[in-house]
Amino acid sequence: MAQRTPLYDVHVRAGARIVEFAGWQMPVQYEGILAEHGAVRERVGLFDVSHMGEVVFRGPKAFEALQRLFTNDLGRCADGQAQYGCLCREEGGIVDDVVVYRRAVDDLLVCVNAANRQKDYDWLQGHAFGADVANESDAWSQLALQGPRAAEVLQKLTSVRLSSIGTYRFTNGEVAGLTCLIARTGYTGEDGFELFSASEQAPKLWTALMDAGRAAGIQPCGLGARDSLRLEMAYRLYGSDMDDTTTPLEAGLSWVVKLDKGEFMGRQAMQKQKEAGLSKKLVGFTLTEPGIPRHSHAVLQEGKPVGAVTSGTKSPSLGTSIGLAYVPPGLAAEGSTFAVDIRGRAAAAKVVKTPFYAKKK
Amino acid sequence: MTFPDDLKYTKEHEWCRIKGNRAVVGITDHAQNQLGDIVYVELPEVGDSVKKGESFGVVESTKAVSELFSPVSGKVVEVNDPLSDAPETINEDAYEEGWMIQVEFGDAKETDELMDAAAYKKFLEEETE
Repeated sequence: MAQRTPLYDVHVRAGARIVEFAGWQMPVQYEGILAEHGAVRERVGLFDVSHMGEVVFRGPKAFEALQRLFTNDLGRCADGQAQYGCLCREEGGIVDDVVVYRRAVDDLLVCVNAANRQKDYDWLQGHAFGADVANESDAWSQLALQGPRAAEVLQKLTSVRLSSIGTYRFTNGEVAGLTCLIARTGYTGEDGFELFSASEQAPKLWTALMDAGRAAGIQPCGLGARDSLRLEMAYRLYGSDMDDTTTPLEAGLSWVVKLDKGEFMGRQAMQKQKEAGLSKKLVGFTLTEPGIPRHSHAVLQEGKPVGAVTSGTKSPSLGTSIGLAYVPPGLAAEGSTFAVDIRGRAAAAKVVKTPFYAKKK
Repeated sequence: MTFPDDLKYTKEHEWCRIKGNRAVVGITDHAQNQLGDIVYVELPEVGDSVKKGESFGVVESTKAVSELFSPVSGKVVEVNDPLSDAPETINEDAYEEGWMIQVEFGDAKETDELMDAAAYKKFLEEETE
């Protein structure tokens, strides 16, 4: 039986279409994916992302332990700051991509993907390096308020001065009288906030945000828009764009792998891989012929399969077909061309710079 | 949702409007609603042959790909070309402006096997149970 977030009934009442995702019954859309996508790019959207998990590292060994498990450098992350990176196996394969919220040197919250809640906890618990590791996923709900008008809407409900919270920073505070971790993070490419609060508070918080956002044209959003928004930014999706068999270097995440920070899980394997050269690389591409690339479509070079599409859609903001694909290094440079096998038809594609979408100033 | 009485329906959620030996083919209101925002269609060309129950093209929404199955066998005599630039027409007007192809069919018996509006509605109810 699939799990439900504390907001399940709210979604159903609001007319959401529910689908199963990673073992969760989640809203895929309310109004329609295009309308929701547009609302986030132009105004503000509200997402229930309570299916995401939270694993907390505490105690005198917390910082040191997580440094050993995380590819990015938490030494460059101050208290009250968040950092994106990967958890890797010894061989370099990605266990998950996560955001670490450093509340204090002895109190770090790791936000993990819904599908990986148990796997990550087992992995982290099994390699705790003396830290206290707690799976608090069920205790937390998470709402994402995203879009150019997100700050204006949220400010109505809190005395915390939001202008003082920079990108990838967070603070504790009350929103609509409810205690929250207020983080200026997100998965859409727009300004916005993610609010972590006690599970049972989620329906109250949701209603307060919807009410406060009415004048700004707030739109409840489902996983469909979440996916198209993230793909326009070329943000990776674990399980589609990468998994236990790919390394962050192959996934184009070398910017969150700090090989010189000291020893950490997967470092030696990735050091070797870097020296030996990659055999495949994740790139962003657009189609220059009609069609929509989809996960698992083959990448063709001179008619032969040499790689695979991992994500693809027709970009609602740009109107063009965009995607991510693993290709041989020789095809990874911007401007390289290949074809995508769309149901037996070879559609021409070109490697482009990512993100695909540039935020409006 | 509406299901006009003058149309015939398939279990794969296509409709067709029979005029003599021609069938105008599209997808039902139910199908477009299930798909969500349609952003791409791939249709055959005039002169192509289609076969009853076999794929003649695809429609794609932001998230999903869905094949189109022909209600009759025959030759494609007209294609709704404007759909390629405005696939959202299928969401807006599934039964009129959103038609997809017109097929000249040989065997009129094939159309007898299709459902009428009442039968299709019943089929939908059973399917969602």
